[in-house]
Amino acid sequence: MQFQSQAVAKPYFIAAIGLFVGQILFGLIMGYQYVVGDFLFPAIPFNVARMVHTNLLIVWLLFGFMGAAYYMIPEETETELFSPKLALLMFWIFLVAGALTIVGYLMVPYATLASMTGNDILPTMGREFLEQPLITKVGIVIVALAFLFNISMTVLKGRKTSISLVMLLGLWGLAVFFLFSFYNPSNLVLDKYFWWWTVHLWVEGVWELILGAMLAFVLIKVTGVDREVIEKWLYIIIAMTLITGIIGTGHHYFWIGTPEYWQWFGSVFSALEPIPFFMMTVFAFNMVNRRRREHPNKAATLWALGTGVMAFLGAGVWGFLHTLAPVNFFTHGTQVTAAHGHMAFYGAYVMVNLAMISYAMPMLRGRTANSGPAQTMEMWSFWLMTVSIVFITLFLTAAGILQVWLQRMGSTPLGFMAAQDQIMIFYWLREITGFVFLLGLVLYIWSFFCKKGEAQTAA
Amino acid sequence: MINNTRTSHEIHATPPGDLAIWFFIFAELLAFGVFFVAYAFARAHNVELFNESQQHLNRLSGAINTLVLITSSYFMVRAVAAIKQGYSILCARWIASAIGLGFVFLAIKMAEFHEKFSAGISLSTNTFYMFYLSLTLFHFMHVILGMVILAAIMLKARNGSYSPANHTGVETGASYWHMVDLLWIILFPLVYVIR
Repeated sequence: MQFQSQAVAKPYFIAAIGLFVGQILFGLIMGYQYVVGDFLFPAIPFNVARMVHTNLLIVWLLFGFMGAAYYMIPEETETELFSPKLALLMFWIFLVAGALTIVGYLMVPYATLASMTGNDILPTMGREFLEQPLITKVGIVIVALAFLFNISMTVLKGRKTSISLVMLLGLWGLAVFFLFSFYNPSNLVLDKYFWWWTVHLWVEGVWELILGAMLAFVLIKVTGVDREVIEKWLYIIIAMTLITGIIGTGHHYFWIGTPEYWQWFGSVFSALEPIPFFMMTVFAFNMVNRRRREHPNKAATLWALGTGVMAFLGAGVWGFLHTLAPVNFFTHGTQVTAAHGHMAFYGAYVMVNLAMISYAMPMLRGRTANSGPAQTMEMWSFWLMTVSIVFITLFLTAAGILQVWLQRMGSTPLGFMAAQDQIMIFYWLREITGFVFLLGLVLYIWSFFCKKGEAQTAA
Repeated sequence: MINNTRTSHEIHATPPGDLAIWFFIFAELLAFGVFFVAYAFARAHNVELFNESQQHLNRLSGAINTLVLITSSYFMVRAVAAIKQGYSILCARWIASAIGLGFVFLAIKMAEFHEKFSAGISLSTNTFYMFYLSLTLFHFMHVILGMVILAAIMLKARNGSYSPANHTGVETGASYWHMVDLLWIILFPLVYVIR
């Protein structure tokens, strides 16, 4: 750790992992409800479990991004953070607000929560991923603004590198596009239209900039390759991301009441979205092959390489699978989407956060890398989580293809629930694989407490 | 006049300009390429509609614009030749002429758009007009981006930042500008002429 103020990243990373555990537990609850419908009813109905699962994911990724920014930016700008105190204050505000929101979801019916939190003043609730009560949304904006102020001031007073500028652009974009969550037109088509401006332009736009910057940072650190080379790659990747991703929003506009030209725009541009992800994979492997030092943190390198591969597979390949309008005509809103969602979120955003945490946490605890046995354990957790997400994706893809076939094709299509009964086996397999994923996550956490072997302190 | 025979016989081991621009050019060509294929695909399913709607396009302004862009590209060739001989100011002037023709292109194109929009034509009129408008608008934006790149290079050339030994920037901009030209050379016959 080169700068004292980088230490504020630590609570952010710990909270991120804690919430990650919560996300997986609710995923397992929900996965079980897929096969045993009344499990935990009426205490935790399916819709609540789903809301908690997805909201926890978003919140912990945000904690991860913020922690990453607090860790990276001082090192990139070669100056202490503008205000470590503000960063810690915002940490507690965000954590408490997040926890209260989750408690709210679990303790009171959603409609009651809505009326308790002033949803009648400005109705923003009830939309997938943006279910947060109005006060939580306002809280998120305040935390985000304080965070951006802190980071931007740090960049302004220090060295300006491409990595910190791309990171800043991504983070500002994240905040700006979140503002569309306050816009909720009563026309359902317009509502969905702008809802995607938050949801799509986050994960297929500005978050990719954050991903690129974080990956580039970790790669510079573990490979020692020249900054110039890495920065050029970063620029090409983000240019491609924005060219394909922004108009690629159109792939969500099929069959929801928007003009027909979106079928062409969406298909053409989003078909090219795998390219920046592919470049990221080539970039990661290329940099590691050209490494000029042997960094003792092998686990972090593994996570960084894994991010490239899995993001390409999950976001790129599985996204392309159903992005063309004629294909999407059949697959829209089926388990194919769920398959893509799981591998893309894991491969891109979960893994890049774990790569950053894996690299930064030992540093924050005063060592260059964890001991050999601890790293071996962490690599086991990498393979357990990664392989199980691959299988979860394959099972859901199989379920999705069968669902399309049974429910939407053929001469005597089945009803939704009848089709679900036919594909139950895949939901069982998915649930079992989910426990393997949990095992991987437990090992990941355990590796931080592994006492065996000597931690390495010299680079 | 500057003799550029010397440069035309030079053999490049790598593409001229910064390698990064070639990744970018490749990606741009791919995006347009997919769009052109989509156009061909859509046309094959609706030949009559495409042929009928095509009649209403202004082929004359399209043809003039083709000449304008080709000439502008030629000016960029002169700009690269000039800087290779060390004539910074001359290089900047050639780039300025190339940008000037860029403005001519934009003006003619805007007149054409004005005519179409006044006639009530939009992206939703029919599939042909959807392609016509999106392809030409998409290209229009690339002309603007190209002009911005050229303007940046022109300013640097005027300040004397380039030399016969170091003129990668000029070649980078010229490469991009030629791509913008090339796209129009494909787009014009494809959308305006071929039936």
